[in-house]
Amino acid sequence: MLPQASSSAHSFEILFGVIFWFSLISFLAVSTAIVFFVIKFHRTRRDPFKTPFIHGHTVLETSVAVGLFVVVMIFFIWGWADYKKILNAPQDPLEINVIGKQWLWEMEYSNGRKLINEMVVPKDEPVKLLFSSADVIHSFFIPNFRLKQDVVPGLYTTLWFQASLLGEHPVLCAEYCGSAHSKMLATLKVVSKEDYDTWQKQWEKAKTQKVEEAQEDAASMAEQGKGLFTQKGCTACHTVTGQKLIGPPLNGIFGKEVELQDGSKHFRDENYIRESLMTPGAKMVKGFAPLMPTFQGTLSDSEVNAVIAYLKSLKE
Amino acid sequence: MHQATQGHGNYLTEGGFWSWFTTLDHKRIGVMYLFTTLAFFIVGGLFAVLIRLELFRPGNLFSPDLYNQLFTFHGAIMIFMFIIPIIPAALGNFFLPLMIGAKDVAFPRLNLTSYYLFIGGAMLAVAALFSGGVDTGWTFYAPYSLRSQTAVILVTLGVFVMGFSSILTGLNFMVTIHKLRAPGMTFHRMPLFLWAIYATAIIQVLATPVIGITVLLIVMERVLQIGFFDPKLGGDPVLFQHFFWFYSHPAVYIMILPGMGIISEVVTVFSRKHIFGYVAIAYSSLAIAFISFLVWGHHMFVSGQSPLANLLFSVLTMMVAIPTAIKIFNWTATLYKGSIQLQTPMLYALSFLFLFTIGGLTGLFLATLSVDVHLHDTYFVVAHFHYVMMGGTVMGLLAGIHYWWPKMFGRMYPELSGKISCFLIFLGFNVTFLPQFYLGRLGMPRRYADYDASFTTWNMVSTIGSWFIFAGFLWMFAYLIWSLFRGEKAGDNPWGAKTLEWQTSSPPQVYNFEKIPEVKEGPYHYGVMKTE
Ligand code: HEC
Ligand SMILES: [Cu+2]
Ligand SMILES: [Cu+2]
Repeated sequence: MLPQASSSAHSFEILFGVIFWFSLISFLAVSTAIVFFVIKFHRTRRDPFKTPFIHGHTVLETSVAVGLFVVVMIFFIWGWADYKKILNAPQDPLEINVIGKQWLWEMEYSNGRKLINEMVVPKDEPVKLLFSSADVIHSFFIPNFRLKQDVVPGLYTTLWFQASLLGEHPVLCAEYCGSAHSKMLATLKVVSKEDYDTWQKQWEKAKTQKVEEAQEDAASMAEQGKGLFTQKGCTACHTVTGQKLIGPPLNGIFGKEVELQDGSKHFRDENYIRESLMTPGAKMVKGFAPLMPTFQGTLSDSEVNAVIAYLKSLKE
Repeated sequence: MHQATQGHGNYLTEGGFWSWFTTLDHKRIGVMYLFTTLAFFIVGGLFAVLIRLELFRPGNLFSPDLYNQLFTFHGAIMIFMFIIPIIPAALGNFFLPLMIGAKDVAFPRLNLTSYYLFIGGAMLAVAALFSGGVDTGWTFYAPYSLRSQTAVILVTLGVFVMGFSSILTGLNFMVTIHKLRAPGMTFHRMPLFLWAIYATAIIQVLATPVIGITVLLIVMERVLQIGFFDPKLGGDPVLFQHFFWFYSHPAVYIMILPGMGIISEVVTVFSRKHIFGYVAIAYSSLAIAFISFLVWGHHMFVSGQSPLANLLFSVLTMMVAIPTAIKIFNWTATLYKGSIQLQTPMLYALSFLFLFTIGGLTGLFLATLSVDVHLHDTYFVVAHFHYVMMGGTVMGLLAGIHYWWPKMFGRMYPELSGKISCFLIFLGFNVTFLPQFYLGRLGMPRRYADYDASFTTWNMVSTIGSWFIFAGFLWMFAYLIWSLFRGEKAGDNPWGAKTLEWQTSSPPQVYNFEKIPEVKEGPYHYGVMKTE
């Protein structure tokens, strides 16, 4: 049996069980009826020229339809309720960026720590994964949590969970992605909160030592993003101090609403920022001209992630 | 029983060998379709056996790249070159005019054109097989299919051309049903097989253009670098999935509805009962055809499409269960107080009822959002659609082939052999695919060339099952070919059926009927009439 390592796994098992028993009983009902009829009404027992002329039975047929309608609506609503829990992450989860590439998983923590095909998360804490793909579609599948999410190039997708079982849980790629699709595997390690904190602290300590040697290399995501912000010339049009230049100021914008040219409002999330960088014309901020160039091809996926981390770190 | 053939040649013997290639006779075109699609079925089936061999245990028997080609061709051949065309284009072609008492389909030349288009498209796909193959899966998901180095263009063009064949066949059948019914054959006196073919034709005509356009966009994007689906060029990969499933979900019903139609015929004939709920079965075919256009997004619950879309597609998908269940209920009820005979066609029809019920019920798991999050793209899905496609359509097809074999070729298949191979296939099928539900629930993803050792046992069982299926089909092809030459001569109506195709000779004469028949009652008037 598959371990149940998160609350979503638990809900899955209950609903799966309900549908399973319903299906089994329906199947047994249909097959018993068939077998019974075949035996009871076999040609050896029944005159082929004296079978009754039965056209149907509207009441019976309608009750089958209505009965089944009620059942499938229960399944639907129950499934939707559980699905909403899978969708809505609680406040302030631990965020980890995950990049799918043919054929490995790259995990990036907000402190800049990168792991390949390995992820460490604290038990009983909400964790939110932010996915992007460097090439084709992949799918991040954690059977022990009964969760999966496609990882799509050009689009951010997310998945959150709260692990309830210490230990190592396999992660598989579930969307066909070529030669080594079946080898695109990772391990998700669930450790206690304390172990997780020490695990990160040790690394950060080691990093600060290294920073003195090679600052660039180990810059945290936000720091790296800050570097890019000047390097890539954003400062030509944007400030982070609240002043307007050619473009709007970018401090404290993340997670807030923006008013667009057509008067509509839009929530600034990761996808919005990404779109602002890749297709700036798609959603125009009210009061500004379409002067922002596209950074398609000039900013890699992990650089976009760094810029986003930087924008997130800026307060008003 | 009077022999209508006396003094006339039948459709098989009239004219020489070459006359087959230019024939406009729907029966000959049907037979050509039958043998062509069965040949593709054999190829696709051999690929399936190889797939199961690779998965017999962990580790690699073939290279992963070869394995990826195997499942791509298995899927593409089975879907586009076997299961979509075979029932409508082979059995439908042969029996639709006979069952409505017509001389031919409405547009015989168009019919032959469809056949040659089909062959043309199929040749393109076969050419791909010999020029590097294809490794995208039959679903051609972007951007993988845009970047794959394999012969994607050839196969997609093949699908495009075969699509036209399907559209023209559908169109032809719709017009034929509307215009060429014999006097007295009202819509409500039509055999249910024809209702199913009619509903199928609607989907063929309306949905197939979309897959045509979609694969053409893939070709354009690959050749001209126009960014429809690749985000690198500014395209949207999820859009591809919408386009693809907008056809391919309705296509599932192109595949299953005709099979359901056959079940309605066989169940009534072999239990000598009027069908239970004629109207419900007839209109549920149309209902299914209609709903099938509104549920494509259930293939995309974890694709990144919006939660609102997920909500709608989940609830609409649940609706499909209702007309489907009514059909199962009605077929089962038809057996009640019948006089049931268990010849091979009936055994396949009963197999259909068992297996398709499992296929339908397991669909409920996948339609339920939170449950699908885990099961999507695992072996649970593989097992589910094999129960529907093979347990449903193929069982219906085999019922139909055995049922109509004496009519098509004038000879009986050997009954005992038929039963043996039905038993082997039924057994093998369950041994192969039941364990896959379990594997999927354990989280084994599909399209895996290699797998974790913990999945070994059930994979072994599944592979062993595939050998029984293989043996069953081998035996079937052997006795069917044998029966063409040595089978016992069949009478005009060996099953005592009431539909019109049984009122002409076996095999039918060239123009089907001596005299256009006049229809005075429904197709299932067996047993004691209430009115008399
Ligand atoms: C040539 C001037 C120019 C440059 C260079 C430029 N931008 Fe912009 N940017 C604009 C303008 C003008 C707008 C407002 C119009 C719009 O929405 O496209 C804008 C809008 C934005 C927005 C949306 C702001 C909001 O309020 O929602 C973001 C985020 C952004 N830019 C980020 C960047 C980043 C990061 C860079 C550097 C990699 C950059 N821009 C470089 C001109 C520029
Ligand atoms: Cu993959
Ligand atoms: Cu579907």
